[in-house]
Amino acid sequence: MEKLLEVKNLEVSFQTYGGTVKAVRGVSFDLHKGETLAIVGESGSGKSVTSQSIMKLIPMPPGRISGGQILLSGEDIVPKTEKQMEKIRGKEISMIFQDPMTSLNPTMRVGTQIMEVLIKHQNMSKTDAKNRAIELLRLVGIPMPEKRVNQYPHEFSGGMRQRAMIAIALAANPKLLIADEPTTALDVTIQAQILELMKDLQNKMDTSIIFITHDLGVVANVADRVAVMYAGQIVEMGTVDEIFYDPRHPYTWGLLASMPSLENDEKAELAAIPGTPPDLTDPPKGDAFAARNQYALAIDFEEEPPMFQISETHFAKTWLLHPDAPKVEPPEAVKKRMRQLSSTFEKPVVVKEGK
Amino acid sequence: MAKYIGKRLLYMILSLWMIVTATFFFMRIAPGNPFASEKKLPPEIEANLNAHFGLDKPWYAQYWEYLVRIVNWDFGPSFKYKSQTVNDLINEGFPVSFLLGMEAIFIAVAVGVLLGIIAALKHNRWPDYTAMIVAVLGISVPSFIMASFLQYFLAIKMGIFPVARWESFMHSVLPAVALASTPMAFIARLTRSSMLEVLANDYIKTAKSKGLSRGVITVKHTIRNALLPVVTYMGPLTAGILTGSFVIERIFGIPGLGAHFVTSINNRDYTVIMGVTVFYSILLLVSILLVDIAYGIIDPRIKLAGGKKGE
Ligand SMILES: Nc1ncnc2c1ncn2[C@@H]1O[C@H](COP(=O)(O)OP(=O)(O)O)[C@@H](O)[C@H]1O
Ligand code: SF4
Ligand SMILES: [Mg+2]
Repeated sequence: MEKLLEVKNLEVSFQTYGGTVKAVRGVSFDLHKGETLAIVGESGSGKSVTSQSIMKLIPMPPGRISGGQILLSGEDIVPKTEKQMEKIRGKEISMIFQDPMTSLNPTMRVGTQIMEVLIKHQNMSKTDAKNRAIELLRLVGIPMPEKRVNQYPHEFSGGMRQRAMIAIALAANPKLLIADEPTTALDVTIQAQILELMKDLQNKMDTSIIFITHDLGVVANVADRVAVMYAGQIVEMGTVDEIFYDPRHPYTWGLLASMPSLENDEKAELAAIPGTPPDLTDPPKGDAFAARNQYALAIDFEEEPPMFQISETHFAKTWLLHPDAPKVEPPEAVKKRMRQLSSTFEKPVVVKEGK
Repeated sequence: MAKYIGKRLLYMILSLWMIVTATFFFMRIAPGNPFASEKKLPPEIEANLNAHFGLDKPWYAQYWEYLVRIVNWDFGPSFKYKSQTVNDLINEGFPVSFLLGMEAIFIAVAVGVLLGIIAALKHNRWPDYTAMIVAVLGISVPSFIMASFLQYFLAIKMGIFPVARWESFMHSVLPAVALASTPMAFIARLTRSSMLEVLANDYIKTAKSKGLSRGVITVKHTIRNALLPVVTYMGPLTAGILTGSFVIERIFGIPGLGAHFVTSINNRDYTVIMGVTVFYSILLLVSILLVDIAYGIIDPRIKLAGGKKGE
């Protein structure tokens, strides 16, 4: 499969009064054509900063891409100017944001907000753009698009606005769609509809998707692969099966254990991971998760673990995979679902930092 | 819409009635009368004058007569200027004040908005600091000091503008600038903070993520929305210009309504004070109504009450 996007050792920092916040610390992943990668992690783990860096949307200053490469179809976008980025944004890569209530301009007709993209990237005339906007609204499942196209965002419900955002994002047939927690602000039934719509459109348009969420529950339905982020790093990455049935990183265990599932009924106490993520102004020595990790070893407080490879597609960054590490058992909720996967290597292999 | 405007007009009439009543009674409580002066008048003459102007009648009769006259847009004679009615004074003074006021409003809005936009776009850089220093000066220096300052430097020292009087466009520049300086500074600060607020909004990021250029985003998504609060400020702005004109017209010797108003207060010229107060109130209430209607048209989220509800 053709690689659409390769992120190599991405580092992003923010200059603040309190010092330099290292929000993204050496993130690497790639994405194939038509594939969906989910990025999961607690709030503050750097998901939004990572994804916005891919479009160079982080505010600079105070933000800065301080290292690494972002290759889009083989071409690095990090050195590109704003003018060059304008041709990529909305056309090659587009984005859906978390809160549909605030991500549309309240004083501009919804149709006009879609037309802007078409006029900019497809050189359409106003009339053509308007007709296409109506078509797009119909495509994303908005009833009576001829009437809706002239309405303002406040006349749309939350779910409808997110549909309109999807119409905007897909207007110019981008190769990559980044959805940053697109359903977090919506209620559950609407959430499911939006996810369904995204999957449906992806099949029609063959778009690659980066799907960001802090909820592992929705991941299994939408993603091919999953990257788990913690404190600005990817700590585990693999196919959906590998992450759900053979997780190796204690942080992933924690996320899985705190996920409501069919077995544990909805009311059951969720085992939230204790503690809070570290301050990224001054990341701790050793592993960033050590302080919250009940399995932490002595070395965890001293030295950062390398990335281990468990299968062709499965990576985890934890000392527990080291041959000398003691065998530990994941929590009960996770152990119940563990399975032996056929693709797993005999032994985890150390890969170089950043793969 | 029609229903909304009808309702607002009703409230306006009610407010006006209260203003008229309040002015009427304040005038009566205030010590002195129009004919009080250093030289004591012989009592017969004073009684004659009072009879002539109706001041000998009981207060409720005076009050009622006054209300009836106002409804007929007749503010009565001036006590002091024997041959002129209050209507004459308004007809003569208002066009001058109106011209001056419009010029000041134009300067305040145009320069204020421009400064605010530049400051916000260059946030925390020197244009921002410069614009905000200008704004702080504008707000903290009272207009009469600004007026004397402008007169001294630009007129007397440099001779670019005439010092005073009302004869040509050049004569109107300094008073208009003096009158505009405080509201201009307010508008600059308002525009700046509202721009910064809009710029921090998610939909600006959306606009950027669509590949729109900075220029398009600034004009179509930022400035338009940032100016909405400035439109709301137009009501208070009108009030500020009106009251400001009292002093400025005196300082520059401009024969406007504001100058007449101040003179008549010194003269205790009851009918003029009351007439001009009522006239100003009407002006202010109408401009506030116009601003509200304009706002309802500009901001699609506002449904003027009485219009049909959204779905
Ligand atoms: N504009 C900014 N200035 C300073 N720090 C920022 C800024 N944006 C994000 N950060 C920091 O980067 C880290 C990652 O944030 P983010 O990517 O938004 O997390 P997530 O999307 O995973 O919840 C946080 O610690 C946050 O404080
Ligand atoms: S490296 Fe150590 S602290 Fe980090 S997750 Fe693995 S066991 Fe826990
Ligand atoms: Mg986020």
